[in-house]
Amino acid sequence: MSALLQVRDLSLHYGPRIGCEAVSFDLHPGELLCIVGESGSGKSTLLNAVAAQLTPTAGSVRYRQRDGEWLELGALSEADRRRLAREEWGFVTQNPRDGLRLNVSAGANVAERLMALGMRHYSQLRNMASSWLERVEIDPSRIDDAPTSFSGGMQQRLQIARTLVTQPRLVFMDEPTAGLDVSVQARILDLLRRLVNELGLAAVMVTHDLAVARLLAARTMVMQGGRVVETGLTDQILDDPQHPYTQLLVSSVLTT
Amino acid sequence: MTPRYNFAFLDEDTKRMLRRALLKAVAIPGYQVPFGSREMPLPYGWGTGGIQVTAALLGPDDVLKVIDQGADDTTNAVNIRRFFSRVAGVATTEHTADATLIQTRHRIPETSLREDQILIFQVPEPEPLRTLEPREAETRTLHALADYGLMHVTLYEDIAQYGHIATSYDYPVLVDGRFLTSPSPIPKFDNPKLDRSPALMLFGAGREKRLYAIPPYTRVESLAFDDHPFEIQRWEHQCELCGSGDSYLDEVVVDDRGTRMFVCSDTDYCSGRRVEAQA
Amino acid sequence: MTAALMLELRDLSKSFELHQQQGARLNVLRGLDLQLHAGECVVLSGPSGAGKSTLLRVIYANYRPSLGAVHVRHQDRWLDLAKATPHQVLEVRRHTLGYVSQFLRVIPRVPALDIVAEPLVALGVDIQQARRRAAYLLDRLNVPERLWQLPPSTFSGGEQQRVNIARGLIVPRPILLLDEPTASLDADNRAVVAELLAEARSAGSAVLGIFHDEDMRDRVATRLFPMQALEAA
Repeated sequence: MSALLQVRDLSLHYGPRIGCEAVSFDLHPGELLCIVGESGSGKSTLLNAVAAQLTPTAGSVRYRQRDGEWLELGALSEADRRRLAREEWGFVTQNPRDGLRLNVSAGANVAERLMALGMRHYSQLRNMASSWLERVEIDPSRIDDAPTSFSGGMQQRLQIARTLVTQPRLVFMDEPTAGLDVSVQARILDLLRRLVNELGLAAVMVTHDLAVARLLAARTMVMQGGRVVETGLTDQILDDPQHPYTQLLVSSVLTT
Repeated sequence: MTPRYNFAFLDEDTKRMLRRALLKAVAIPGYQVPFGSREMPLPYGWGTGGIQVTAALLGPDDVLKVIDQGADDTTNAVNIRRFFSRVAGVATTEHTADATLIQTRHRIPETSLREDQILIFQVPEPEPLRTLEPREAETRTLHALADYGLMHVTLYEDIAQYGHIATSYDYPVLVDGRFLTSPSPIPKFDNPKLDRSPALMLFGAGREKRLYAIPPYTRVESLAFDDHPFEIQRWEHQCELCGSGDSYLDEVVVDDRGTRMFVCSDTDYCSGRRVEAQA
Repeated sequence: MTAALMLELRDLSKSFELHQQQGARLNVLRGLDLQLHAGECVVLSGPSGAGKSTLLRVIYANYRPSLGAVHVRHQDRWLDLAKATPHQVLEVRRHTLGYVSQFLRVIPRVPALDIVAEPLVALGVDIQQARRRAAYLLDRLNVPERLWQLPPSTFSGGEQQRVNIARGLIVPRPILLLDEPTASLDADNRAVVAELLAEARSAGSAVLGIFHDEDMRDRVATRLFPMQALEAA
């Protein structure tokens, strides 16, 4: 099976400070990769550099688009990058308020990405919005309500619907459950797990929570100080961590 | 004419800067051209953008008409007309057909315009995407990439809330199939008049320092959904003064008991019809 | 016996380096060789601490071997899991190598039936068909039907273990690793598991397992593989 995304020696420096350094990995279609590490380990920087939201200092990110052609993201024009983000990718932010348009209704939030793809039939837009609200377990009768009237968990589920409605091939997620209560978290993780399976999505997810990685990701990368210190199968990394930092992370997890 | 001012108030260099910006605007229909907006002797919101465009175009032989919400006799219209007769000494008129330059706030005259006429709009907010996207850098990028899905979000919200597209003025248009453009706060009733108009249409936003243009005979399309096509306002009434059934009507309260009447918003059109009817 | 060789361990060693304990080193397996053929059931025997669970986990690539090779016959080609890429390991686990642990790792909110069906669905089998197979196994393992639609987090230990066995056996994999899957089961259910294993073996699967219960061990084992605890180094 051929990779969907190839990251090679990717570095991003903030002046003299290292954001991430010489990171390489492949992502295959339908695969969910977790990047774990504590705050400041560079995992969000890496995610943003891979998703072309930040410009890397060095290295390359290649993406194989729907028609099979490989694109070098660094060489893409702004127009092409945005087209990719619109048509083939999705991005789920930690704080749903950053990823949602708060001054328009839930339905408009879901329909926006479809309209960006040129869909101009109101009833169809509405039907799709409504069925996606249902898929993320939001009562479709709330389609015309403002996201500000939703709970944090609902907002996050709305953001997921908004992101997945266009059936992206690759989704980037930055701590999608970090700001939520544990019970709400479990529901979103289950939802993500189901949707990722159903849609055959490939995803890169940043999390500081090893349990999230265990539940969702077949593969995990551990970052410390901007560098990947260990990478492999999630269960290998969690059950037989090799690197001192990974051992520390794993031993710091509270078990109930 | 007051001799202490340069012709048409602005100095010649400023006019040249404006004309250059206007040429660029005409060359790229619907594109917002930044310009060095000057302090004018009236506050922002009173037509400083339109006045600067008018001042840059006005020649001694021009005949100027100024309307505000369709009327020639409201404060804004009267003031601007008097301003230009004082600082440029040009002839003014209330008759659409006699004018070479028409500066307007919030209307397009009912009388069809000709190729030898220029219509100048006063624009408060030139950016149609502004309510949804406050960042100027981002709206400029969206224009550059013709990435306009966002605009339909507003229309979607209208239908979701009211069952139809309730936006009734400043209704967004796509100029020449390329630039999303604000037609200024004209009623959407006037939008069809923008399409392939024989007259040059120029737009000036003084506070926002932007100019744009719709050149003659340019395709102007009002946005809509496939299943909710663009529609203009209709009235069950006719103008109670001239009997017109196809002009834009104002609802006017005429006494303290709340009695209302519907009359043409275009005063010149209305009085012209009344004169014709009497003749 | 001419049954096909399915799994071969060569000079396998595993030690843990505990960086949190001043780099203490724990040697668990050393220089271990083992061959497993289709149709046989080898039971690891030895005192607790002999590294039996560790060995199964190393074979499953859950633990990384320190030295040596884990050769697995995967779709008629030999692959050393000690050197395989994560994607290769996942592929081997999907099709060839099954592992049933003592405990079910529950997935929040997913009903028991779907937890069991999941490995089949992951192979592309239609969900309804996978559920039918899952229902058949749960039924055989005497998991009451009223529980099938519930997430197993609230089930008893024995019920969870039977869900776990069903999940582990639903895909007919050529190699099965079993880590005390019957520890909390009563005699009747142990008998069912023994039956299921016999069926798997006669279908050609090779089984490597840990069974503390002697009765169970005698019932399923074709051969014992004795293991000794290493001294702490």
